[in-house]
Amino acid sequence: MTVRNLAQAVNSALDLALLSPDVVLLGQDVGTTGGVFRVSDGLQAKYGSDRVIDTPVAESGIVGAAFGMAIAGMRPIAELQFMGFSYPAFDQVISHVSRIRNRSHHRFTAPLVIRIPYGAGIGAAEHHSESAEAIYVHTPGLKVVVPATPYDAKGLLLAAVADPDPVVFLEPIRAYRAVKEDVPDEPYAVPLGVARTEREGTDVTLVTYGAMERDTRAAADELAASGISTEVIDLRTLAPLDTATIIGSVDKTGRAVVVQEGPRTAGVAAEVVAQIQEHALYSLLAPVERVTGWDTVVPLRRAEHQYVPDAARIVAAARRTLAA
Amino acid sequence: MAFTSRAEVGETGASGTLHTAPTVSGCGTSLPPMSAVPLQILAPSGDAAGSIDTAELRDLYAAMIEARAYDTKASAMQRQGRLATYSPFEGQEAAQIGAASALEPQDWLVATYRDAAAMWFHGYPWAALFLGRTGDERGGAPPAEVNVLPSSITVGGHMIHAVGIGWAQILKGTGAVAMTMFGDGATSEGDFHEAMNFAAVYSTPTVFFCENNGWAISMPRERQTVSETIASKAVAYGMPSALVDGNDVVAVRRAAVEAVARARAGSGPTLIEAVTYRLGPHTTTDDAARYRHDDDVDAWRKRDPVDRVRRYLEAQGAWDGAWQAELVDGAARRIEEAVADAEAVPALGAGEIFDGMFHSPTTALEHQRALLLEEIES
Repeated sequence: MTVRNLAQAVNSALDLALLSPDVVLLGQDVGTTGGVFRVSDGLQAKYGSDRVIDTPVAESGIVGAAFGMAIAGMRPIAELQFMGFSYPAFDQVISHVSRIRNRSHHRFTAPLVIRIPYGAGIGAAEHHSESAEAIYVHTPGLKVVVPATPYDAKGLLLAAVADPDPVVFLEPIRAYRAVKEDVPDEPYAVPLGVARTEREGTDVTLVTYGAMERDTRAAADELAASGISTEVIDLRTLAPLDTATIIGSVDKTGRAVVVQEGPRTAGVAAEVVAQIQEHALYSLLAPVERVTGWDTVVPLRRAEHQYVPDAARIVAAARRTLAA
Repeated sequence: MAFTSRAEVGETGASGTLHTAPTVSGCGTSLPPMSAVPLQILAPSGDAAGSIDTAELRDLYAAMIEARAYDTKASAMQRQGRLATYSPFEGQEAAQIGAASALEPQDWLVATYRDAAAMWFHGYPWAALFLGRTGDERGGAPPAEVNVLPSSITVGGHMIHAVGIGWAQILKGTGAVAMTMFGDGATSEGDFHEAMNFAAVYSTPTVFFCENNGWAISMPRERQTVSETIASKAVAYGMPSALVDGNDVVAVRRAAVEAVARARAGSGPTLIEAVTYRLGPHTTTDDAARYRHDDDVDAWRKRDPVDRVRRYLEAQGAWDGAWQAELVDGAARRIEEAVADAEAVPALGAGEIFDGMFHSPTTALEHQRALLLEEIES
């Protein structure tokens, strides 16, 4: 057991995954420098430059080559530096990675992991702050995973590498070094498709994931201080969605706030709300609230705070459901 | 309307050379001159420049006859409403069979919707190709031992897959190589650049085989790129290339065998440009008369890749009408059997469309399957 932040937990997972000769890590600057966020620090020195591969600047090439490796029996892990840089590779993802199993009726499969740091809150340049997870969730044939904690980051990544299907693994940039916790040194898997109930409560369900989990916890603490009992659900996997856990909680509390950082329209929160109204409408005591980013480009550093949801917004939304 | 004529391919005689990558030694390195004359060994007249293995050529000829039988049958079946859209390859048999003939069973082929001949030659059953064309995903599943991906429908995105597959062969130490086939139009895609660059940087055992068939639907090769040849693009990647008469199965095979040997020896990728011609339309939904003259097509029919082999073999005393009839009958029988096999496969059952997405269907897909079945049963 070692105290690790999320970036170190991902590093530990990569380190263990690379023990398999079928696993390679490839991406821009992942080797010599250990990645722009130093997530793969030390791994090239340990496993060599043919296993931890610095690539030319070509996102489509990285994912397309990883796809070919996966077809041929490898378990590649491709890193794209920022979500805003993932779009050049999106054709490979939606046209090939997500479809080859169906196209070949299971004859060929693409068990690769595409790691993408995502999200705002660090005042970065344009394209460096996006939360475009809904685009990937909307793509049939992909699993989309977003850890919020160091423990889950390691376990989910190891489960993703072992999964027989392609996984888009989103790493919340502002959570990389925000939280530390005890993380086992040995390998373990956190199963994909299973949400985590961060705390149990009775008055309102807060559904969250990724970087917003920390703000949601802060909101839950604040609500608890005024006597409001919240149940916090960290989705962990956005596709496939753990609908049963969400519905079970809403059936109990009768109220829900769904939190996401990405743009509001047609986001993951919209899908969660749709699931709640399909399966738990008659349990509801109030309209379901959404706390989201806006349908704007993520503002640059000086106005970024207007965009990214925070605990205050979540608390206000929860109070509205309780006032209804 | 203005039509663009295609540049003539050399009519006779051996010409052209294999272009080797320059040794990069800093600024001022002079590059070898690129020849725009494709390598040709077997002329349209049937005259040969250099020695030819007659037994080997007879096998290649038989394969081209069978491929043409498939192509003709598929086009006819599309008109009968038995197949979905079909993309004929008539005229490109030598390019495809010649290239695929250089591969060993353990090698990989990553090709396009127009490459059925090559895919078949490397082991993809005719029945699976027909099944796919009927509109059935199960046609995308060749037998387990056949290393041929289902054909790429999008243009250009598949070339990098052959780079990744080749790369995996290095990492796994298998000695296998990967060949990717694509058209002249695909070289305008950014994906071509990324695939060529990755292959060269990592020296992957990848053979880039361009069937320059003159047309990307209605766009002629001359307007696709101002490069004199597609082969010349290899220079920018530090990659060797070859320019061959794509209607000369002997020349194509020779270039492909060299490229495959180079890849297998660990010396990296090669770009081959095979200059050929799409005699038919882009697909069965295309009307080529809207953008090209019959005269152009007729000129290329005179350079038919199958006829020239017959002329050569006949002159060698290695062809006669009886053998031809045997080939045609045998091919027709196998093609009809494949059609019967494909058409005997019942369509996916109700709700089975959910089974292909993941190793095991997700809860959400099971829920959607139930909704669909409810709808069908009501």
